[in-house]
Amino acid sequence: MPGRLSGLAERVGRATLQGLDEVGFAAVLLGESLYWLVLGRRKRQPVRVSSVFRQAREIGIDAIPILTLLTFTIGVMLAIQGIYTLRTFGAESRVATGIALSVVREFSSLITGVLIAGRSGSALAARLGTMKINQEIDALTVMGIEPVRYLVAPPLVAMVVMVPALTMWSHLVALFGAGLYVTSTQGISFGAYVSQVVEALGLGDLSHGLAKSAIFAVLITLVGVVNGALVTGGAEGVGRMTTRSVVHAISAIVITDMIFAFAVTR
Amino acid sequence: MSDPSSVAIEVAGLVSYYGQRQVLKGVDLSVRDGEIMVIMGSSGSGKSTLLNHLLGLLYPAKGVVRLLGQDINRLPALELLELRRRIGVAFQSGALFSSLTVAENIMLPLREHSDLDEKTMEIIARLKLEVVNLAGFGHLKPDELSGGMAKRAALARAIVMDPRLLFCDEPSAGLDPVVSSAIDELILRLRDAMRMTIVVVTHELESAFRIADRLCVLDQGEIIALGSKDEVRQSADERVQNLLNRRSREVTLDPDAYVRRLFGEE
Repeated sequence: MPGRLSGLAERVGRATLQGLDEVGFAAVLLGESLYWLVLGRRKRQPVRVSSVFRQAREIGIDAIPILTLLTFTIGVMLAIQGIYTLRTFGAESRVATGIALSVVREFSSLITGVLIAGRSGSALAARLGTMKINQEIDALTVMGIEPVRYLVAPPLVAMVVMVPALTMWSHLVALFGAGLYVTSTQGISFGAYVSQVVEALGLGDLSHGLAKSAIFAVLITLVGVVNGALVTGGAEGVGRMTTRSVVHAISAIVITDMIFAFAVTR
Repeated sequence: MSDPSSVAIEVAGLVSYYGQRQVLKGVDLSVRDGEIMVIMGSSGSGKSTLLNHLLGLLYPAKGVVRLLGQDINRLPALELLELRRRIGVAFQSGALFSSLTVAENIMLPLREHSDLDEKTMEIIARLKLEVVNLAGFGHLKPDELSGGMAKRAALARAIVMDPRLLFCDEPSAGLDPVVSSAIDELILRLRDAMRMTIVVVTHELESAFRIADRLCVLDQGEIIALGSKDEVRQSADERVQNLLNRRSREVTLDPDAYVRRLFGEE
């Protein structure tokens, strides 16, 4: 029994150390990325705007169809659930307020973050992992091309710009989806629904959702890059770390969301 | 212009570990300007580790690595990046970027390190492709190339900045004798035409003796022979003779058996 306990303690200890090691690595990557973004041009290692645009297209524009579908569906679901819940108190007429605050403060940024983690975070991990096992990262290094500047800074900038932009888009689509359901079932006009939504929302609510989405963007990038950089063992290793990056990124997003809500919303 | 009396690469007392295992046990080596030095040895002899130290991809436990007179492990990061612009590396796998075409791969160092316009970079890439006999293949993606073509494309990328030092990792490994011999001819031509100092790491005996000015034979992390082809052939060290005889016996005395063994039929 003592042997089993010490084995368990050893495993927990190792996992904790590895976790701390990865957090430290992520912090270094973030610091180096910011360094190259600010000083890269002066040091003749600029972060290429074309590369940022390419990443922005892959992360942002290409994600719009699936994000639109998901957030529209969630908007409708929120409306159904909201009306059902408020009916208990006879307050269905206030459903637009509930939907607006839920979508803008919580659901849009969360769903967008989870989707981008699954779609672009995993792609980033897979791409870097494959580059690592094919010695492409070594090739960059020996060519005098700083890998963090070339591989990490562009997706970081693209994520920080595109995830909040996609979150804004999600606000609109989810509120539109919810609006369609509310107006068709509650006998109010779409204009009246929009007025209620606008009345319910303040600048603080918008900035709450957008600030969270910017934090999610940094988390998704760093988790993807760290997992990609830690790939070992060929194609199987790439698959393993890609899955790990999705799980870690979604966990990080949900936990950060909870901490954010705890700190700001109460 | 190369100067045969000066030293291009100097390694002194290099010690390296993988975990607890000592992989290099105090290696001393110098490569003269303009010569082709072939580092050879059987699997696990430490030749790839030595190459990684020469490229600055590993940090030694002890010892010094000087490229073009500069200690690469003590150079500030930005000066190391500058030094690397004068170094070309052709990796064993080619390490071509799969998302880029062959021509884009070759142009990448130019794009990152020069202010040349697109047209000029394309002309240089075309010229380098001609040097390695790949004219007309620039539009292909790396996965559309054969093994020999990928190695030649990697060589073209390695020489695009007209480096002073060229490192080739197993340039003829896994190729048929005709292609292998063509790669060897290409390396000789590059040295003669571009006056480069070239370090080749290989376990292919025939190729090593075809291209080397001097040979360095490694065994279990130690240099067991260093000198001209004749000096290495006449080495009294039993381990050197075992390495030389084993391969030549296999290939020349019973080529059929050697081929059968290669294909796993014995």
